[in-house]
Amino acid sequence: MTGVSQVLLLFLIGCALAVSITRNLLTSVIIYTCFSMVMCIIWITLESPDLAITEAAVGTGITSLLYFLTLKKIHAIDARNKAKMKRNETARDGGEGHE
Amino acid sequence: MSDRKSDLPGGRFVRWLNQDQDVLERQMIAAQNREPDSDEEMEEAWRRERFLEDQKEEEVVASRLEALNERKVPVIGRVVYMLGCMLICIAMIMLLLYTVTTLPGFGGEIDPAQNEVPRRYIEQGLQETGALNIVTGMILDYRAFDTLGESTVLFAAAMVVLFLLRLDPESNRYSTLAASIREEPYADTFYEPKNDSILQHTAKILTPVAFLLGIYVVLNGHLTPGGGFSGGAIVGAGLVLHVTAFGFEDIRRFFTYRTYQRTVVTALLTYAFSKTYSFYTGANGIESIIPLGMPGAILSGGLILLLNICVGFIVTCTVYVLYAVFRKGDV
Repeated sequence: MTGVSQVLLLFLIGCALAVSITRNLLTSVIIYTCFSMVMCIIWITLESPDLAITEAAVGTGITSLLYFLTLKKIHAIDARNKAKMKRNETARDGGEGHE
Repeated sequence: MSDRKSDLPGGRFVRWLNQDQDVLERQMIAAQNREPDSDEEMEEAWRRERFLEDQKEEEVVASRLEALNERKVPVIGRVVYMLGCMLICIAMIMLLLYTVTTLPGFGGEIDPAQNEVPRRYIEQGLQETGALNIVTGMILDYRAFDTLGESTVLFAAAMVVLFLLRLDPESNRYSTLAASIREEPYADTFYEPKNDSILQHTAKILTPVAFLLGIYVVLNGHLTPGGGFSGGAIVGAGLVLHVTAFGFEDIRRFFTYRTYQRTVVTALLTYAFSKTYSFYTGANGIESIIPLGMPGAILSGGLILLLNICVGFIVTCTVYVLYAVFRKGDV
């Protein structure tokens, strides 16, 4: 096992931890996409290009697309951000930010 | 900032830089606060009001969710919760790592996986299937029924999504909802840029490349890495990109719900019948009528090319339909 694939594997672990730790759903979907990209490179280093192509097309493209669409459908992208922005604004304007 | 200055374009830019108020937003608010003139506009205004109410309700729900996430929990409870979580996590990690250490080494010679089945595939695969790509030879010849099952599962998933999310325009119960969703101001896409030039130029360059690559991957599935599944996903991604940039009108001209059903059912039936025929005549080493062809040529590998095309059609249509149904409740 070369140094490059060790770095990639460490990156995978980091991504997996980050997906579960981040609170913003949009961020975790993007990190999950990064996970898939790195997984795709690892498949190539393991000499299975078929799996690499499928991982790139399905794991990175279709799965993240469906996640984004679901977040959009349940308004998890805009509504929470809007509420957060509004709260920050009121905290700034009122001058009594207790966060 | 004075009003006179804000009328100048530069003044606007400065305002925008200082984030006093979004200029576009102010124009939109001004357009919304206009007095309604005719009946149509009255109706429009009423609908807009309802839409704003919905939005407000959504914001209330979101802020409630925020409050729930940041509610005050007693310190002891939180510590116990954290400790329990960490304990369970560490126990699980240790268990999995212990299991991994007892597994045979990767690619070792005395693997349980190295039995007569993969040996047979590797040694006889090229002669028996005629496919240079051993993986495709495996999944579309030896184990073709598995792939048929996968395609059927995909079709079933798309059908379930259609049942759940489709808004039938002819149904009485949903017609008002469907109409109000499809009308512009209440659609999911209302606040998105309609003719985003960056997106459109990127799509102009990338869509043909994605189509070509996907079709290449499908047609060369038996020669090079890839196959119907990945190639179909690439073509589907190209379709989705085109639709995101240019709207659904182009595709809807030739692709409707009925087209989807017909295409996918035809592809599945072609797959099933050709594979049944192949098993009936040629499986288990009996002589087959279908020529295997010269390995390496595009027309080789017996039925694999046809099966790849079928799977490619199924996957492409399913990806597009999933996107369309999620997006606007109809194909």
